[in-house]
Amino acid sequence: MKIMVAVKRVVDYAVKIRVKPDKSGVETQNVKMSMNPFCEIALEEALKIKEAGLAKEVVAVTMGPANCVDTLRTGLAMGADRGIHVEAASELVPLTVAKLLKRLVEVENPGLLILGKQAIDDDCNQTGQMIAGLLGWPQGTFASKVVLDKEKQMATVDREVDGGLETLCLDLPAVITTDLRLNQPRYATLPNIMKAKSKPIKKYTPQELNVEIKSDLEVVQVTEPPKRKAGVILSSVDELIDKLKSEAHVI
Amino acid sequence: MLLNSNKASTLVLAEHEGGSIKAQSLSAVVAANSISQDNSVSMLLAGSGSSLQQAAKRAATCHPSVSQVLVADSDKFEYPLAEPWAKLVQLVQQKGGYTHVIATSGSFGKNILPRAAALLDVSPVTDVVEINGAHQFVRPIYAGNALCTVRYTGSSPCMLTVRSTSFPVPPISANAKSDGAPISQVDLSTLDEDSIGKSRYIKLSSEDTERPDLGSARIVVTGGRALKSAENFKMIEKLAEKLGAAVGATRAAVDAGFVPNELQVGQTGKIVAPELYMAFGVSGAIQHLAGMKDSKVIVAVNKDADAPIFQVADYGLVGDLFEVIPELLEKLPEKK
Repeated sequence: MKIMVAVKRVVDYAVKIRVKPDKSGVETQNVKMSMNPFCEIALEEALKIKEAGLAKEVVAVTMGPANCVDTLRTGLAMGADRGIHVEAASELVPLTVAKLLKRLVEVENPGLLILGKQAIDDDCNQTGQMIAGLLGWPQGTFASKVVLDKEKQMATVDREVDGGLETLCLDLPAVITTDLRLNQPRYATLPNIMKAKSKPIKKYTPQELNVEIKSDLEVVQVTEPPKRKAGVILSSVDELIDKLKSEAHVI
Repeated sequence: MLLNSNKASTLVLAEHEGGSIKAQSLSAVVAANSISQDNSVSMLLAGSGSSLQQAAKRAATCHPSVSQVLVADSDKFEYPLAEPWAKLVQLVQQKGGYTHVIATSGSFGKNILPRAAALLDVSPVTDVVEINGAHQFVRPIYAGNALCTVRYTGSSPCMLTVRSTSFPVPPISANAKSDGAPISQVDLSTLDEDSIGKSRYIKLSSEDTERPDLGSARIVVTGGRALKSAENFKMIEKLAEKLGAAVGATRAAVDAGFVPNELQVGQTGKIVAPELYMAFGVSGAIQHLAGMKDSKVIVAVNKDADAPIFQVADYGLVGDLFEVIPELLEKLPEKK
């Protein structure tokens, strides 16, 4: 079985982002970029499944401008066998990403498609669900545990939901989106980073995949959230209780 | 589908449990009201058997804005799986031609609505915190460190998930007159079966608790990794009990196994906006703040005076939570 993993290049999670003064977006020039943490977890899960002998190949896919290839190389260094880069100059909305992924799935025929549950830049949490819908595949989103049964061609997925932990059984092929606690991604070791340089990356354009780049969403502006007014440091529990009662009126 | 520009019709995807409509589903109805003055709201429920039909009766009078209740009764909906639900939304949309489809941004809405949007070939807008008219919405990005205003320029339906904390439900007066909205059963004979049956619900493991629901509690008491153990976390629970509060936790506390995942507050956990949020031993990482910075009053207790949490706290106490919490337990008034 082949596993396809979609990975995204985003502003590193530890960066304190700044909104551009012209409100057109968030400042990303000269800012540290990394593989989306949820995508790292997705790739790690694919690698673990392969190492357990349940899959033959892990293919990492990314979409965007030329610099996205950095993220793909990181994925190859972690252990993916091949990379695919869909070259696109502009921001792609999840619906377009899903359509492009569908075409790649039709070419590659993976038994499992794993994605991060959300990208930490747009926080959309949509792409996995959308590609599953387009493919008509079952979906296991917000996964905190995945157990594959190769013989029965099934995946048992524990999902982190509002009410606790839900367990579903999915027939393969299926789409899984990863939540934080699914695994701890490995670091790419230096020998693997060197090896990754010679692993193949295939390029596609959206035209070759017959997908039109269009968006039904327009960004009007990006602004900072309202700031909270500064608080005070108190000196005792008595003072705290008093403030909560007489000033804030919450208890 | 061309429509009269100000007239809207909204399909709300609602959840029910034990014969009642889940409170957070009503936020989607409140959000529908912000879309247009002239908006007819239909509430869609799915499930099977008597608890579904009972929920439908409750839905008919749950909010004055609901003008119709649609019920999909079938074994396929015994548990809210994304695959049958997305097909159901597609079917109901194709018959009803709604201008908008809304669900609350909890695990139900987040799981189902984007899949349905893909079937209808539209881009959804998720986690909306503000509605500026029928097609303009504000949503948080970068863990809420920026707000993005987007305009939807596609065809109907415009599909949204909305944060329940941004669309609070006002108390419905007990004598809200309504005979109730008409209830009709959805004709499922043409429901596309493809993709249904490939997923099966096995079980739900959840904590049995009498504490208020974290997402809607008036007071939340949260503990971080500084609690050091699940045993120590019981102090947080005791304090919550004294205050009639819900218990929350940071990612670190859940990762360490002190508490189950459903208590996690943060960018990828629950978003809360209670009247009072008390954080003990919480450093205040960006991702945690994303889940609670809209709380009305924030209290932070931490040994480290430089902890980022103090930048959002209204009241801070630099001290040892193992001393502060017992003192609070001793001195706080009993909840009324």
